[in-house]
Amino acid sequence: MAAKEKITGINDVDIPADKLRQMYYDMLMIRRLEEKSAQMYQQGKISGFCHLYVGQEAVAVGAVAALSDDDYVMTSYRDHGLALARGMTPNVLMAELYGKATGCSKGKGGSMHLFDVEKNFIGGYGIVGGHLPLAIGYGFASKYRKDNRVTACFFGDGSVAQGAFHESLNMAALWELPVVFICENNMYGMGTHVKRALAHDNIYDQAQAYDMPGYQLIGNNIFDVYLKVKQAGDLARKTGTPTLIEARTYRFRGHSMSDPATYRTKEEVDEQKGKDCLTVLKDALIKEKICKEDEFKEMDSEIKKIVADSVEFSEKSPEPPLDALYEDVFV
Amino acid sequence: MSTQTVAETNSKVKEVTFREALNEAMAEEMQRDPNVFLIGEEVAEYNGAYKVSQGLLEKFGPERVKDTPIAELAFCGLGVGAAMAGLRPIVEMMTFNFSILAMDQIINNAIKIRYMSGGAFKCPLVVRGPNGAAHSLGAQHSQSFESLYAYWPGLKLVVPGTCKDAKGLLKSAIRDDNPVIFMESELMYGWKGDIPTEEYTIPLGVGDIKRAGKDVTLVAWGKMVDLSLKAAELLEKDGISAEIIDPRTIRPLDETLIFNSVKKTNRCVVVEEGHRFSGVGAEISDRIQQNSFDHLDAPVIRVTQEDVPMPYAKNLEYASIVTPEKVVQAVKKVLYIK
Repeated sequence: MAAKEKITGINDVDIPADKLRQMYYDMLMIRRLEEKSAQMYQQGKISGFCHLYVGQEAVAVGAVAALSDDDYVMTSYRDHGLALARGMTPNVLMAELYGKATGCSKGKGGSMHLFDVEKNFIGGYGIVGGHLPLAIGYGFASKYRKDNRVTACFFGDGSVAQGAFHESLNMAALWELPVVFICENNMYGMGTHVKRALAHDNIYDQAQAYDMPGYQLIGNNIFDVYLKVKQAGDLARKTGTPTLIEARTYRFRGHSMSDPATYRTKEEVDEQKGKDCLTVLKDALIKEKICKEDEFKEMDSEIKKIVADSVEFSEKSPEPPLDALYEDVFV
Repeated sequence: MSTQTVAETNSKVKEVTFREALNEAMAEEMQRDPNVFLIGEEVAEYNGAYKVSQGLLEKFGPERVKDTPIAELAFCGLGVGAAMAGLRPIVEMMTFNFSILAMDQIINNAIKIRYMSGGAFKCPLVVRGPNGAAHSLGAQHSQSFESLYAYWPGLKLVVPGTCKDAKGLLKSAIRDDNPVIFMESELMYGWKGDIPTEEYTIPLGVGDIKRAGKDVTLVAWGKMVDLSLKAAELLEKDGISAEIIDPRTIRPLDETLIFNSVKKTNRCVVVEEGHRFSGVGAEISDRIQQNSFDHLDAPVIRVTQEDVPMPYAKNLEYASIVTPEKVVQAVKKVLYIK
């Protein structure tokens, strides 16, 4: 288990300085966009279910940095962060939350169903664990076509209790499908603590049942996320062996915008906020003299401007035309 | 029996069983398109629980004919993902009874992915296998699922009633870019029928007049087509001429063919293997009364399985299922014959 080993640091990863800076930028983009989403939700501009990724940014950004652009990436309904990390523009993301025609899914998907096929971000799925079988389907297709691509499938700790999780891991291992399963264990499936949902809460141990490598890591440590996902991706690409990664993380906000998260103490949340993944990376960048304090301020104002622009873009965008109602039902 | 088939392609025919017709359709399509593969329980080394995939492993190899663990949810979902990635999977359900375990994958993923992504994905998936009752299989292995799948916009639902339709429709289903549910029947696999020797397809959404008649319209699909033909023969003895309309696909539904027949006969009986409540027949009856109300001389009557789970005992099972005699009775009722 990683926690007992030496903590992976910035010098343990072979990432160039400009890419490290970009990774921080991408994480901050997610943070600011999510904060804006919350604000716009409260103003009634965004409706439905809206699950924010605040606190978990290092998992998405670290993992995507370790993957190739050709690799497929998919996740659950808590999908804003990964979509951005994969390169979806804030404009089309925010417009989708607004339900506008310019959204990534033409306003038909909403917060939980973001897609960007060109960036190989293949979704945004609303049923807990329901997309894991799709991931092995993509893995199967890659093996069938020998296209050397890996599928990275993200999901929450809630999925681990689902049959879909176990059936998918079994078949991925059995058939050597190039899939990296990344469980973002944020400790709560909605309001239920993982200890009240799983008989054995070291999720990565499930890998043993399916004869595949399993790692547990601290999800606020982006270097560790990068390293393990890189290792798992390389293994899958080379041998087809899937890996289960459990990234221990924490969402700073409730399950969704309608959840005040009264099942957690203020102390618990504050303690986690004290280990913010943004601070971890920022401190390392400063320590290694890759960025100066001023640069972070510049980044932040640039990002805030982009996020504000995405709101303006969404406000000004048209609603989907009513003709669109019956479009895209069939090919 | 007079048959008027849409895709009458040539005059040369050969006799095959229903399972051979399906097997030929898959073999031809796998030959034609390397993206087509077959996956399911016992489809490869065992040659299919009902031998529909006989010989395909030998012909196409283990990468394209794939035995799965007993995990319908995952192997069906695998099919959905592979289809989204650009392959053309045929997922065999050993029977549709087991498809319930995969329903989340079919309904929430296969059917909705295109719509909820604003058209970003295609899902050219076929899920096929036997549906409905066989003999003495009891409650969990004898049930009809048409209405459960027909409910969903975004899915095509095919239920062939003859060998010829089975082959032509399955080939079209495999070539279709949308998810297709294709329902066969354990009892029909051994049935024999003529199919063209030349390659042919039958389009989805085009029904067929399986028997021409003038006094009453019987709407029937799948196994109920043959049963309705038997009922029509019984009715003929009483001087009643029944027309049998086989929509062949429930979605899309060739309602025009049904309406035109009803406008001619002015009476209609819908024969459905499954249960009455929320059945496909309810939808068809509703469409008939909406469209052809002025042409009806009697309310549409539906013959269905009794409203009970399937019993095991032979006498109770027979009492529960649709029989030609029940169809005859219903026809006499719409003709007001006592």
